[in-house]
Amino acid sequence: MLRYALKRLQSLVISLVIASLVIFAAIEVIPGDPASFMLGFNAKPEAVEALRDQLGLNQSLIKRYFSWVSGLLTGNFGTSYTYRSPVSEIIGDRLWISLPLAVYALTLTVLIAFPAGIFAATRRGSRTDVAVMSVTQLGVAIPNFWFAILMVLLFSINLRWFSAGGFPGWENGFWPAIKALTLPAIALALPQASILARVMRSSLLDTLGQDYIRTSRAKGLTRRQALWRHALRNALIPVLTIIGLQFSFLLAGAIIIENVFYLPGLGRLVFQSISQRDLIVVESVVMLLVFAVILVNFTVDLAYAWVDPRLRARA
Amino acid sequence: MNRNLTLGIALTAVFIIGALVSLFWTPFDVTKLAISQKMQTPSAIHWFGTDHFGRDIFSMIMVGAQTSIAVALVAVGIGMGFGVPLGLTAAARKGSLLDEVIMRGNDVVFAFPSLLIAILITAIFGPSALNAIIAIGIFNIPVFARLTRGAALSLWTQDYILSARVSGKSAARISVEHILPNVTNLLIVQGTIQFSLGILAEAALSYVGLGAQPPTPSWGRMLADSQTLISLAPHMALFPGFAILLTVLGLNLAGDGLRDMLDPRLRRAGR
Repeated sequence: MLRYALKRLQSLVISLVIASLVIFAAIEVIPGDPASFMLGFNAKPEAVEALRDQLGLNQSLIKRYFSWVSGLLTGNFGTSYTYRSPVSEIIGDRLWISLPLAVYALTLTVLIAFPAGIFAATRRGSRTDVAVMSVTQLGVAIPNFWFAILMVLLFSINLRWFSAGGFPGWENGFWPAIKALTLPAIALALPQASILARVMRSSLLDTLGQDYIRTSRAKGLTRRQALWRHALRNALIPVLTIIGLQFSFLLAGAIIIENVFYLPGLGRLVFQSISQRDLIVVESVVMLLVFAVILVNFTVDLAYAWVDPRLRARA
Repeated sequence: MNRNLTLGIALTAVFIIGALVSLFWTPFDVTKLAISQKMQTPSAIHWFGTDHFGRDIFSMIMVGAQTSIAVALVAVGIGMGFGVPLGLTAAARKGSLLDEVIMRGNDVVFAFPSLLIAILITAIFGPSALNAIIAIGIFNIPVFARLTRGAALSLWTQDYILSARVSGKSAARISVEHILPNVTNLLIVQGTIQFSLGILAEAALSYVGLGAQPPTPSWGRMLADSQTLISLAPHMALFPGFAILLTVLGLNLAGDGLRDMLDPRLRRAGR
């Protein structure tokens, strides 16, 4: 297990290094001079020169890359030139919306997908099964931001149960904040829950057809006991992988959904920074999101190997 | 032909035909503004109503289909064009440094959610339909590379490949003449799925203003426009959304149906 973990850790580090190089090249090398790009065409040469100095652009590329990376590692992400405050502080504030939103959405995804998938698999071919499969087919095809708009139309404008957007802040109480995140979380969760329910169903159908399930039934377990004690545990393995992958979709999807609901999270931060050409912020947020995705995949790989020893042997 | 496939192809065909017809004819001119006709609800004249500039929504959906289909189709083309050769090469040189580099590169691209790639590209080059195509296309490359490599690896162990090698064919020739034809079915099925994902991605990008720019009509931007007017003209939010939903649904059903038809061994009880 340790050897496997070290091997995965090695590829995690390599992936991170490559990703950081790609982002650095994309933001700081390709557009030409970042300082004049950020200030626009009409900027005074003195202003550009001052920003170049502030950004450290007068240093060599290699030096800049290493000072950016060492900054990332020590939590010093530089200073945003539009917000005039440290990027790490801005990101920290926004993270308190984006992270709870992703966790909320993931929780909903699992809460919807598990019962739906198990229900459909154990009643294969029944009307319930057909209904679950049809609804999930729609759930996979629906654009989540459109679903979000429809929910605003129904729950905010017609029924007035929820506000159409915005965030009251955690300091004004837990429940108002959760309420503000509810519609966005549902919009994020629906497509993912549909995918997960389908994976759960087909994975469970696979395991239910295995010999060891027949054996367990033959030695006297009821259908229900065989399901909960043996089938479900084994069916969970592919489901776990998908959940790991979905986390990255939730993070990326949140970029869009935050815009639908005017939530001041990381997603809106990225868009505001792009329109204000604040490349320092874009660079750090993109790197942070990629880091999160790579880290989650790494954790899933480890969890997977821990659950299924065959994988360790293969590595 | 199974029921899913028929329904899927029918739904997809409606939108492809709509897009093709709109190249020559639409009920109303989508570039002409008619403010006096703005935000009309659906009627016999304007089947889907009009938008805040008085443009006919039905016509805009027809023209918007061009954007969606073109962007998604070219993005799948990019994914296959780069991904399939990479996958074939990696499989032919399994275990080599080249294989390792290709697969590691794939992992890194996979770590960037496609939206993030799009955002990066837009931050540098500015928003446009072309940049949306590139962003979605780049994300498609590892999908096809992995699929091709995986399928090709199992083919390389087959006896007929061994006999081709014994007869002196090069790895490149075997890949093209024997491996590629045998992974085509898989590629068609995956291509359909990626096509539908591409349409969703294009819609999302246009919605946040990173895709096709005005005046090119696009479904995603129609939805973005509708949002501020949603309490005044909810019909503006309904029809473009249904267009996306039905196209994606059609492609997904067609993909599932094709998989069942082309390879019965792969038949699963739904994805």
